[in-house]
Amino acid sequence: MTEEIPRLELEGITKAYPGVIANNNVSMKIMPGEIHALLGENGAGKSTLVKFIYGVQKADSGTLKWEGEEMIIPNPNAARKLGVGMVFQHFSLFDAMTVEENIAIGISKELASGDLNQRIRDVSQQYGLPLDPDRYVHTLSVGEKQRIEVVRCLLQDPKLLIMDEPTSVLTPQEVDELFVTLRALSEEGVSILYISHKLQEIKDLCHFATIMRMGEVVDDCIPAEESPRSMAEMMMGANLVSPEKPGKTEPGAPHLVVRDLSLASSHQHGVDLKNVSLEVRKGEVLGIAGIAGNGQMELMQVLSGEKLIDDPSAVSIGNEAVGKSGPKIRRNAGMGFVPEERLGHGAVPEMSLWENAFLSGSKSMNLMDKGFINIKGSVDYALNIVSEFNVKTPGVQHTANSLSGGNLQKFIFGREILQCPGVIVALQPTWGVDAGSAAFIRQSLLDLAANGAAVLVISQDLEELFEVSDRLSVICEGELSPPRPAEEFTVEEIGLLMAGLSHDHQDEEVAHA
Amino acid sequence: MLRLELRGEMSRSMIYWSPFFAVILTFIAGMIMFAILGVDPLKAIITFFIEPLNSLDGIAELFVKATPLVLIAIGLSFGFQANVWNIGAEGQLTIGALAGGGVALLFFNVDSPLLMPGMLIAGVLGGMAWAAIPAFLKTKFGTNEILTSLMLTYVGLLVLSYLIHGPWKDPEGQNFPESRLFHDAAIIPIILEETRLHFGWIIALFGVAIAWVVMTRHMIGFQIRVIGMAPMAASFAGFKEKHIIWLTLMISGGAAGLAGTIEVSGPVGQIIPVISPGYGFTAIIVAFLGRLHPVGCLFAGLLMALTYLGGDNAQIEMNLPNAVTGVFQGMLLFFLLASDVLVRYRVRFGAAKKVTAGEGA
Repeated sequence: MTEEIPRLELEGITKAYPGVIANNNVSMKIMPGEIHALLGENGAGKSTLVKFIYGVQKADSGTLKWEGEEMIIPNPNAARKLGVGMVFQHFSLFDAMTVEENIAIGISKELASGDLNQRIRDVSQQYGLPLDPDRYVHTLSVGEKQRIEVVRCLLQDPKLLIMDEPTSVLTPQEVDELFVTLRALSEEGVSILYISHKLQEIKDLCHFATIMRMGEVVDDCIPAEESPRSMAEMMMGANLVSPEKPGKTEPGAPHLVVRDLSLASSHQHGVDLKNVSLEVRKGEVLGIAGIAGNGQMELMQVLSGEKLIDDPSAVSIGNEAVGKSGPKIRRNAGMGFVPEERLGHGAVPEMSLWENAFLSGSKSMNLMDKGFINIKGSVDYALNIVSEFNVKTPGVQHTANSLSGGNLQKFIFGREILQCPGVIVALQPTWGVDAGSAAFIRQSLLDLAANGAAVLVISQDLEELFEVSDRLSVICEGELSPPRPAEEFTVEEIGLLMAGLSHDHQDEEVAHA
Repeated sequence: MLRLELRGEMSRSMIYWSPFFAVILTFIAGMIMFAILGVDPLKAIITFFIEPLNSLDGIAELFVKATPLVLIAIGLSFGFQANVWNIGAEGQLTIGALAGGGVALLFFNVDSPLLMPGMLIAGVLGGMAWAAIPAFLKTKFGTNEILTSLMLTYVGLLVLSYLIHGPWKDPEGQNFPESRLFHDAAIIPIILEETRLHFGWIIALFGVAIAWVVMTRHMIGFQIRVIGMAPMAASFAGFKEKHIIWLTLMISGGAAGLAGTIEVSGPVGQIIPVISPGYGFTAIIVAFLGRLHPVGCLFAGLLMALTYLGGDNAQIEMNLPNAVTGVFQGMLLFFLLASDVLVRYRVRFGAAKKVTAGEGA
């Protein structure tokens, strides 16, 4: 076993982009049948390295050995010929075509010809990936769509399978099913390079982990011998401070109320909201879990006033019905928002930080004088955000896109929180944010609630939701489950709700059993 | 194989330098072109760019030509920054000229100090009215304003043609398709004796100052910039896109209409079949050459005005065709766009990269 030739060996890979070194002297080995985790915060250089292995990008220097042989992979086609398969985080599927057609256009002609339909059925059965080749893609769940990508790779008999954040769109049950498949592949000798920042999963699944920070390999470990916390600290290079819930306070009166909200989506593949009702009380955090694409975006738009509804009383803040009012009026009523997209939605990328502070604070922070911008006031406000929320930036004249994801998210949170909102609504508050900033942001949400604000957090990250929420609800296909205290939920239960198996359903099953 | 690769951080100062590179490259390319045509390149450049400015009269003439260009370009800049593409300033200029000139004809021989301001306001309203059509169509039906505003230009020119061939034709004009000459009170005052330099230039300079303040200090400018750079962030902040479409089309239409009225009541003095030698279109180049910045538009407007004067001069002095003006304007825009690309991207030779990877191996 020790004399075995590594499937893939990288040595001294360096890749510099203008102004930043994405990979600096990266070396790693992946053995046949090994499930190898590539761990690191956003911007640590994981994607650059993977792009190099898959032939999408060339390195400035360094060598790649495939089964002991030194070579250059010039493009993804060559990579596929060698036996490298990749499942991307974002699927490249055509909704209006069937599963078989989608698979056929992604593989070579020889493979696509003949009894493709049967082979898809065989592979999906062999590896426990139920998939009907004749179904149209738009009728499939996200988990099923991912199976298409996996099956597409498997049809090409890969020797190395690269998976980029594969579980971010799956329910806990779907994750378990995927892991069964991956373990089976590993036993057959397929190597798997597994990229994720979900540490518990890596501990459960992976044989070995390479940890990257700022483009360099900083550490490696055997995940089974580590704890998620110790791996997080290796990733950050610092000690992790987890948020603490301040002393339990009795929640106050309902402050943000949504009543019987139904809304047909304006997008063809969007999600309709069906009869959504919720109440967020003063001083509590309500968490909404759900797999991306189940109506979270739509709900956020309705709450923020970017999408208006005919019935004003469908959304109210305190006693004010605001369903028909735009974002400005809602802000005046004391609402703050943190959208999912930082660059381009929550902030204007090419504008300076002080202008971005002005963007949402113009009215409530009194930064406007007869229509003119109070520049000094805006700069002071931005400086205040930077110092109170630990934003690392050389100055508030710098543009928003010069900040790292975590720093910009702290800035946006700071901007909203310093306006002392009575209600704050955040969508995916720590998505793609480094662990240190994420902990900071969660803590500030808890503090805000402790000070009497109603906080609504919509997120895919269950760990996050359990950490901050007092009550939890699950959104699935535009429907919201009745909220219950967070401690009453188990992860399994939430998983079932995320997959759309409602209570009646479960009761039925229980009755059958 | 050539590839363009995004530069890491864009140099801010280079964005402002690139127009200067464009001008220098235009000079060089122009000289090469003249040499190929068998004309002494140095003499041609001097005739084109230096001689027109040799006299007070020449400099005054430069300002006269720059007035409509600067006015229209700063108006267009508002729209362009918000991604509202008003290409029909020429039509708005024409209708503005007809509205302002119409007031002059309506009150023919009325001597009132209010006549001139009345004409200018009518001109602004005329331009706005013409720009209101694409604004309405875009906000109501989602029509592409590039097409509607451009097509309306030709409608506007036909309206002009109809009026001067029919109702507004000078009764004592020997059947020429021209309106009668405006009376003195309807002529914009000259501000420099012995030249044609008129008060319109002062209006243009005012326009630059106002536009600069509005764009950098006022909520209107802020909204326009946000919507242009990040439409989602604009809706997040509660800025309404429809308002901005209307606002920017009114600003650019009004500015073009004002420029039209200033043309007919200034250098021209009556309504004639060709009010503008394409100022409305040239102003698009001016706006981009001036980086959509009011002060930039001022300098770019002067430069473009110079190409008009130089073209005339080259025709008279060296018998060069008038098309030279268009060639220079085209080259300027071309080199500007090219410099902009190079500020943002660096050129890479695709093949060279593989070799570096191979060397490492």
